[in-house]
Order: sequence, then structure tokens, then C-alpha cells
Amino acid sequence: MLGRVIKVVFAAAMVTFLIAPLIAILPLGFTSASFLTYPVPSWSTRWFEELFTTQAWKMSIINSLLIGFGTTILATVLGTMAALGLRHKGLVLFSGPIRTLFILPMVIPAVVLGVGMQLLFGQLGLANTYVGVIIAHTVIAIPLVYISVSGSLAGIDSRVELAAESLGANPFTVLRKVTLPLAGPGIISGGVLAFATSLDEVVLSLFVAGPNQRTIARQMFSTIRENISPAIASAAFLFIVGTVVVGIITVMLKRHVKNI
Amino acid sequence: MNILANRKVRAYLLVAPLVLFIVAFFMWPITVVMKQSISDDAVATVLLKTSDVIGDWDGQSAPTPQMKQALIADLQAEADQQKVGNMVRKLNSEQPGFRTLFTKTLSAVRDNANPPDLEQIDKRWGELKYWHAIDKLSSPMTDRFLLAAVDMERNLEGEIVSMPEGKSANTDMLLRTFWIAALVTIFCVLIGYPYAVLLASSSGWMKALLFGAVLLPLWTSLLVRTAAWFILLQDNGLINSVITGLGLSQNPLPLIFNRTGVVIAMTHVLLPFMVLPIYSVVAGIPKNLMPAAASLGAAPWKAFLKVLLPLSFRGILSGMLLVFMTALGYYITPALIGGAGDQMISSIIAYYATGAANWGMAGALGMVLLVACLILYYVYARLSDDNTRRA
Repeated sequence: MLGRVIKVVFAAAMVTFLIAPLIAILPLGFTSASFLTYPVPSWSTRWFEELFTTQAWKMSIINSLLIGFGTTILATVLGTMAALGLRHKGLVLFSGPIRTLFILPMVIPAVVLGVGMQLLFGQLGLANTYVGVIIAHTVIAIPLVYISVSGSLAGIDSRVELAAESLGANPFTVLRKVTLPLAGPGIISGGVLAFATSLDEVVLSLFVAGPNQRTIARQMFSTIRENISPAIASAAFLFIVGTVVVGIITVMLKRHVKNI
Repeated sequence: MNILANRKVRAYLLVAPLVLFIVAFFMWPITVVMKQSISDDAVATVLLKTSDVIGDWDGQSAPTPQMKQALIADLQAEADQQKVGNMVRKLNSEQPGFRTLFTKTLSAVRDNANPPDLEQIDKRWGELKYWHAIDKLSSPMTDRFLLAAVDMERNLEGEIVSMPEGKSANTDMLLRTFWIAALVTIFCVLIGYPYAVLLASSSGWMKALLFGAVLLPLWTSLLVRTAAWFILLQDNGLINSVITGLGLSQNPLPLIFNRTGVVIAMTHVLLPFMVLPIYSVVAGIPKNLMPAAASLGAAPWKAFLKVLLPLSFRGILSGMLLVFMTALGYYITPALIGGAGDQMISSIIAYYATGAANWGMAGALGMVLLVACLILYYVYARLSDDNTRRA
């Protein structure tokens, strides 16, 4: 009996610890005060208005979407192609080390990569450009896309593809009509993860982005650092709601694909 | 045979773009950092001739006429003001006094076909210490930054010695980084292990709730989670309101801009990386082992120590490595929640790179962090390889 009580108390305490901070920040996005404190004097949407009307915030939201989409497309295309190429054993030399190479950007601390990118991009003329930021974000999004897509490719029954081939489909048709649709859920998750990575990225942006490429994560970082305002909580509200919505869409899309 | 060759060609064509991309934008930047950490050509690119001649100098006797002539020739030959400025800055930080010495010397030798002897321009050129500094910095390759990253330097005889106390605090900073990462790892394992075991033994809505509680923070933006802790931990934040409201303490507890805040926030952020690997191992342990041990007469704690703990040890080790490795390189959370005394290696690297433009030190400390993370990752990868082979 005592054991059960301890278990329940522990579980409740842990769930609170994990979830409560995220819930506590939500109402503060709707405060009318200029401080991020409880109790909230009265409710207002002034900080959301600030997000969408102030030049700095508005620009950072647009930048985040631009860079996020660029990263998603680049990382998903490159990652999916590579996962397809490395799918069958023995076709590519050194496929083991190549796989490790694709995972490594996840292991290397972002600051080290950032220092190198700042120096290199300066020489290549990519510093303070959108292309530079998209490339930087793509590098760290690649491992997620690669893992996600190769995981779903591994789950495909290759007899289905052989069947299509034996019925006269050429390799490209097999890829388009059979392989890619079956790997769809993995490709979609990979793309979503790439977008989320780009949206949340701060460290590399600090090194390679100029003032014109300030993303929303970067803007939040400096707002917390310099002049903390409830606009942070409003932005956090959008992030959390966005996370939940994207999560639900992903799950539904996967179900939809499975049902086909 | 032809079909196989075709498939091979296709596979290479599919893999090639990403390999090229990663080599260009991942390997190359890392190589640049490595190169920065061992190269220092600010002096060598300007003082080409001097670097050549000074190698023959014994370091004890008076500077030779060749050295002086080479220096004058180098200064007259170099037209790029920025390069000269860089060199003077480097030399001045090694040996104070170089700035005024060079200003005087440069104006005397510039546009002068018959420059006077260096010692006539300034008698300091007769002192050995200035020539020692040039000698030290004139080689384009150096281990100076790597040694400085661990508070070491070379003395005049070229032996590696510890820097004098107070000259550099990198060892303290490295130890602090390891200590914070270790604390976070310990807290994560202390609360993450029981949580993972509970997660594995629960079912139904309880399991869904416990799982959701781990996954929701994992999916949420790191910045949002850090902002949330910033709001909770501040002096008039929710936690302190509750504590003062309940009368537990008169004044708000200092929870932010100190070690406590950093460890709490980082533990929250990294906990999922501990729970998930442990869960995946514990979930694979047959459920009837613990009852079996109990029926054979083992007390619950003994059954835990002898059965569950050894079987889940691999999961614990994976989780600890993952958390420790990630914590080592953390930048955002210490930067926002920590005080000046809680800055970890990443913040210092960022300071050297963006604040002080000291790429050598940024590169050298980057190498220390890189090597530590690669070693930990290697062990982690070996461990998970073993796990999949056993499964």
C-alpha cells in the first residue's frame, strides 16, 4: 500500500515537473501588464499585436518561415536521396562510415560548428545571407531526416517493389509509385523535424546570420537576454500551440497514408 | 550483371549530393576550426624575412645585424595596414610596449631609402625580450593556443610549463563545465531511472500520461522551455511567489543567474534523453523476473539490486552518456539562466569568436570540446551497437 502511494506521488511530482513549466508560460502571453509575473492583472492581446506589428518581430517571423521552408526542402531532398542510395547493403563503398558522417552533425556541439562556419562562410561570401543560414540549418537537420527516412525504408517489404518490377514497371516508376508513397510517413516526419530544427535554431544563427536574417528564435534569445517582455510568452504560446497542431497533423497524415 | 552495375551507379548518384554537401559545409568548417587552433600567421605573414633569419638566432646574444635589416625590409615591404595592425596587436599582447615601439619604428623607416639602425630609432630594440616575442610568434604553426586552453605555455627554453596563477582560468572553466554536466547527469539518472521503470510497468491511461509528459517537452522548442524556466525562477516568478506566499521564506530565494537555476533547467531539458534509452531497455526485461526473485525469497531491494539494476545497466549507461555529452556543449540555457560564474565552455568559445575575435583560442577550446564529445559518442555508439546485436 505504501509502495503504491509513493509511486503515485512520485509520478504526479514528475509529471508536474515536466509539464508545469510549459503550462505556466501559456497564460502570460495574454497579460496586459509589461511584466512576466503572476497574478495577471487583466487579459489582453496587446503582446500578440506587438508580435505581428513591431518591425523586428514581424521580420523575424517572416525570416523564420522563409529559412524554415528552405531548410525543409533542402534537407528532405538531400536526406531522402541519400537514404535511398544507402538502402541496400553492398552497393556503395564505405557505406558504414558514410552513415556515421550523416549522423555526426547531431553529435558535434553547435558552437564548434558555428565558429568554423563563420570563418568559412566569410571567405565563401555566404556570411549574412539567407542561403548561408539555410545551409547551416540544413547541416544539423540532415541527421534527423536521414534517420527518419531510412527507418521507414527499412520497413518496406521489398517483395512489393519486386512485384511492380516484374509487372514491367521501370525503376523510376517503381520509385514514384511504390517506394516513395510507402516511405511517405518517414519522409513527412523527416521534413517536419527539419522545419522544427530550423525554427528552434539559435547558436548557428548567432554565428552566420546578419541582422537581416534574424529569426524568431534568435529574436526570442536576445529579448530574454536584453529586455525581457511578455512578447516572449506570446511567442512561446504560438510555439507550443504550433507544436501540438503539427504533432496532430503528422499523426493524422501517417494514419491516412497507412490506410491507403 | 548489367542490372547490378546500373543499381550501383544509381546508388552512388543518390548518395553523392549529400556527401558533397556534408563535406563542404560540415567537414570543411570543422577543419577550419582545427586549423585555427594550431596556426597563427599574423606575425609570419608580415615579417617574412625576419621569420626566416630569427630561426638562426641563439636567443642569448645581442640581436644580429641580419635580423635588424630583415625587420626593416619587412616593414618597408608590407603595404597592408590591417595586416600590420594585426601583427602589432598580437605582439603587444605577448609583450607590452610593442605598440609604441612599432609606431615609432614604422614612421622612421617608411619611405626612407636609408633607414637608420633600429637601436638609433629606439634603444628598446637592443633588449632581448622584444626579439624573444617576435621569435615566439613568427612560426605559422603553434601549439600555443592548445596549451593555453589547458593553462599551459612554453617557457623561453621551449619546455611546457603551467601558466602563472591568475594569468588564465581555462582549467577552472573546463572543470566547471564537466562539473555542471556531471551534476545534471546525476540528477537526470536519479529521477529518470525510477520514472522509466514506472513507465515500463504502467499501462493504459497512466502509461499514456507518463509517456506524454516526457514527449511533450522533447518536442517543444528548447528556447520556449528555457524561457519558461526563466519566468518561473525569477525573483518575482511563480516559484518564489509560492514560497513567500506560504511564508516559507521572507525573501525570494535566489534561483536565477546562479548554478541552482542552470542545473534545474538543464535537468528538465535533458531528462527525456535519460528516460527514453532506459525505458527501451527496461521494457525488454521479462516482467516475471522480479516476482520470480521474490518467490525465491529475495527482499524487494535485493531483487532490485541483483536482477533489475544489472539488467537495465546498459540503458542507464546510454542515457548517462547521451545526457553528459549533450550537456557539455550546452550554450543557450547557461547563457540565459546562468550567472557570470556558471558559463560553460560553449559560452567561452562564443565569447572568443564573436567578442574578442581571438580565433586561435576559440579554435583550441573548440578542439577540447570536440574531442570530448567524439570520445563519448564513440563509446555510446559501441554500446548501442551491442544492444541491437543482443536484441
